Amino acid sequence: MRIAVGQGSCGIAAGAAKVCAALQEQLPPNVKLGTVGCIGMCWLEPIVDIYDDDNTLLHRLVRVRPEDAARILKWTQDGEDFNIMDLIIGKDDAQFLTQQTRIALRNCGLIDPESIESALAAGGYSAVGRILSADSGMTPEEVIECIKVSGLAGRGGAGFPTWFKWNAARQSPGNEKYLICNADEGDPGAFMDRAVIESDPHTLIEGMLIGAYAIGAQEAIVYVRAEYPLAIRRLEHAIEEARAAGYIGKNIMGSDFSCEFRIKAGAGAFVCGEETALIESLQGQRGMPRLKPPFPAEAGYWNQPSNINNVETFANVAWIINNGGEAFAAMGTADSKGTKVFALTGKIRRGGLVEIPMGMTLRQVIFDIGGGIRDGKAFKAVQMGGPSGGCIPAELLDTVIDYKKLAATGAIMGSGGMVVMDADTCMVSMAKFFLDFTAKESCGKCVHCRIGTKRLQEILTRIVEGNGRAGDIELLEELCLAVRDGALCGLGQTAPNPVLSTLRYFRDEFEAHIRDKQCPAHSCTALLRYGIDADTCRGCTLCAKKCPVSAISGTAKNAHRIDPDICVRCGACYAVCKFGAVRKL
Amino acid sequence: MECACTKQKSDLSLLAPVLAEYASVRGSLITILQKAQEIYGWLPVDVIYHIAEQTGTTPARVLGVATFYTQFRFQPVGKYLIMLCDGTACHVNGSAAIAAALREYLHVENGGTTADGLFSLSIVACLGCCSLSPVMMVNEDTYGSLTPQSALAIMKDIQAKEAAQA
Repeated sequence: MRIAVGQGSCGIAAGAAKVCAALQEQLPPNVKLGTVGCIGMCWLEPIVDIYDDDNTLLHRLVRVRPEDAARILKWTQDGEDFNIMDLIIGKDDAQFLTQQTRIALRNCGLIDPESIESALAAGGYSAVGRILSADSGMTPEEVIECIKVSGLAGRGGAGFPTWFKWNAARQSPGNEKYLICNADEGDPGAFMDRAVIESDPHTLIEGMLIGAYAIGAQEAIVYVRAEYPLAIRRLEHAIEEARAAGYIGKNIMGSDFSCEFRIKAGAGAFVCGEETALIESLQGQRGMPRLKPPFPAEAGYWNQPSNINNVETFANVAWIINNGGEAFAAMGTADSKGTKVFALTGKIRRGGLVEIPMGMTLRQVIFDIGGGIRDGKAFKAVQMGGPSGGCIPAELLDTVIDYKKLAATGAIMGSGGMVVMDADTCMVSMAKFFLDFTAKESCGKCVHCRIGTKRLQEILTRIVEGNGRAGDIELLEELCLAVRDGALCGLGQTAPNPVLSTLRYFRDEFEAHIRDKQCPAHSCTALLRYGIDADTCRGCTLCAKKCPVSAISGTAKNAHRIDPDICVRCGACYAVCKFGAVRKL
Repeated sequence: MECACTKQKSDLSLLAPVLAEYASVRGSLITILQKAQEIYGWLPVDVIYHIAEQTGTTPARVLGVATFYTQFRFQPVGKYLIMLCDGTACHVNGSAAIAAALREYLHVENGGTTADGLFSLSIVACLGCCSLSPVMMVNEDTYGSLTPQSALAIMKDIQAKEAAQA
């Protein structure tokens, strides 16, 4: 029997390492204990899987605490379900996985990320073996054709056809070429790349090897966020293992193909997700975008032909080679093929990693898989594409997931962040949040982006602080268009999207802030008023005792009252009232 | 007036192995700065001058690169670096309240260090643990599903541990 503890970054933060240590301490000799990556059911962490000797999953245990170790191990000896009943995953929760189609995440949470044997047993490096095979191998052109047939498009956000970039880099003259993986996952709210690297690094390496073979690169570089220390450690280890096993280095698997790998840790700059800025950063410079053309395929890293793809894009490649481009293209819509991974977070009941075929609707992802909104509240909007994307309101929940259909809503597919919001989220404040982010992350090269985002941020700030002026909405719109048209790179061109999309669907909220000095979501502190409902108040005096500024008056057993001139809107009374008598007005 | 770079006296010999490995490798400036920060905990001005000299470039260029990236610090940090996530998911789930509680309890603003040198507070973009939002990292440890109370409890635990050691 084998016990596997899910230990991605979030699993460890939820206590998985302590669970693992507790199991280790009391481990019977006939049970093996191992580590797996993240299965993506984040709300159930820490997760412990029990397999029999034939690798069949016997039980998936969830929300396991270190003190549960003894009874779990007892179960491995007596098989008495009764003792661990409360830990076994519920039917509802288990549906989270059964509704998904996993390609990029195919091994995540199932294999040991620190063991190449585990990856090989799951079919790792078989696609590299296939293309390099002496008698039945594939030429680089055949590999590119296979990717073309699959319809794979860049999963980092822009959705550019992968084969086209590979082909352009292949066709570029020169012998020194580079293949680069963009693992600088900067979108706030997205963590699929981290999960893939932490859970299944060999799949990334294999995808990159195939890409390097296709374009003719001798060196592959992974540019990964320094904020992901565990991902970096596991990837370093995987590269060493792959090198020792002959998958990296000279004459891979006895062929003429040679490729070296290295990791470069980013230093924290969102703009480095833009490919030319990433190249500048790789060269040890400030990460400021270059004018295109020339494209990286012609003159990239050190001015040599280079190709850059995202982690998730590479994670699909080996599967496509093994199963054929047609199998991948059979999934999805006319415009968008295959699957997409989303990081489902925010006010969602079941938050985690979701991989679904393109063409599913947002409603299916959020409600059927994600279980809808937490605490029974109403769905308000879903934010997709992070600071470059937009909010999609409830009336568009039946939009299908497809690059073009999502773009038509004003949001974008993006790298896969899907942050769900309920009625308590203020959309003006959300727009301000993203502009705070882009204003800070603007590299400063283009005037429209550098100053325009700052001005947008200032206007949004005064609106949420209750100082909005007539004409501010029109000014926002005018500025948004100027920034979009006047910026060189994707960061600047898309920076206005969060403002434009919230204005499009939630214009009334902007108007309420400016004209009525009201925040309909009762979220903006400056516009918030607290009051006590006289009929509900029991006169328990608790709120008056908790008020830090003595703004609440009243005697025991009689309704209390808040003096709005003294109130500092700290919310202490609201939090403490047991009868729901304190209301946000 | 004396130049700031001559006032700072860092032990530059600690950097020698890093420079020996990377100084002549093109495009390695960020790597050198990262290793320097690992050694000193921050980037003192004399270290920046030293790196410029050893890599054959100007201090202005080194500083230009270093200030571009949020990872680099130009002041010493406390023994415990609190990185409070303000990514979208954490923001929606109330990271602002955690930030307010930490600021009030530690009497420190974002980017600052407490008077006793124990804590530095840094509000950062997404840490990629969105499902546990709101999240913070204290040095290498990640804490999730925070409330203002639980965040303060973590601070108090650390303070108690430090007091016991002292």
